[in-house]
Amino acid sequence: MPRVVVDVMPKPEILDPQGKAVLGALPRLGFSGVTDVRQGKRFELEFAGEVTEAVLAEVHQMAETLLSNPVIENFTVRVEQGA
Amino acid sequence: MKIGVVTFPGSLDDVDAQRAVTIGGNDAVALWHGDHDLGGVDAVVLPGGFSYGDYLRCGAISRFSPVMTEVIAAAGRGMPVLGICNGFQILCESHLLPGVLIRNDHRKFVCRDQRLRIDNNRTPWTSAYAEGAEITIVLKNGEGGFVADEDTLDRLEGEGQVVARYLGDNPNGSLRSIAGITNAAGNVVGLMPHPEHAVEDLTGAGTDGLGFFTSLVEQSFA
Repeated sequence: MPRVVVDVMPKPEILDPQGKAVLGALPRLGFSGVTDVRQGKRFELEFAGEVTEAVLAEVHQMAETLLSNPVIENFTVRVEQGA
Repeated sequence: MKIGVVTFPGSLDDVDAQRAVTIGGNDAVALWHGDHDLGGVDAVVLPGGFSYGDYLRCGAISRFSPVMTEVIAAAGRGMPVLGICNGFQILCESHLLPGVLIRNDHRKFVCRDQRLRIDNNRTPWTSAYAEGAEITIVLKNGEGGFVADEDTLDRLEGEGQVVARYLGDNPNGSLRSIAGITNAAGNVVGLMPHPEHAVEDLTGAGTDGLGFFTSLVEQSFA
């Protein structure tokens, strides 16, 4: 089954309080060396048929309208094979 | 005037908002997120809460509910719309207002009486206040940090679209201490604090919030 993955990340200039919370927790657990954490979202979209260019264009539309808010987030779209 | 108050699945403050509308001298009309018409109301309030569980992003799914199609169209025709807290988030997701509300910078839910300054009293929701009036109403949010790019912030300030600002410590990391804004036309207002919780002496932070619900009446008789 073809799968399209949409990764949504807060834009670099946008404060990411959740990432900051994770960053703060790591040293308390004894993990060192991490200088920054950004937390995003991953969407896995399953399709019954072939993922054509038209399907990918539609996924871009989905990502722009619903999955991300372009004011604060960037997204990437990729096809995952053999899922 | 007939003021509709929309209830979404997960709305919390819809009944308080209806009550405030009534105390303000208006008729409250209950609207449902699945409604395809606004029942002939003159204005709409989107109340606070956690519509659709805040899934995906606050307001992101509510924005596509059937009633919002009608609200967006009516707002475009100039109907007064007030979004409080979650309602403000829905208005931003709907692109009726610029910017976005993100998680508080200190990552804690905040619930307190909050002092504000009314910077713009020329909207249909704030005309009962004097410009520069300092009021105290309830603030309660987890994702109340107003953010927008620098150009948008400059435009909001330059055009007088900042409706209210936080006084004292910034409670949630909102850029330029912005608590509420309006659109270019001035009919759509989003506000993070809750005026509907400050309309009666018996409960809450006093009655400083009442002006948001009396402004429309005063205008209609003006």
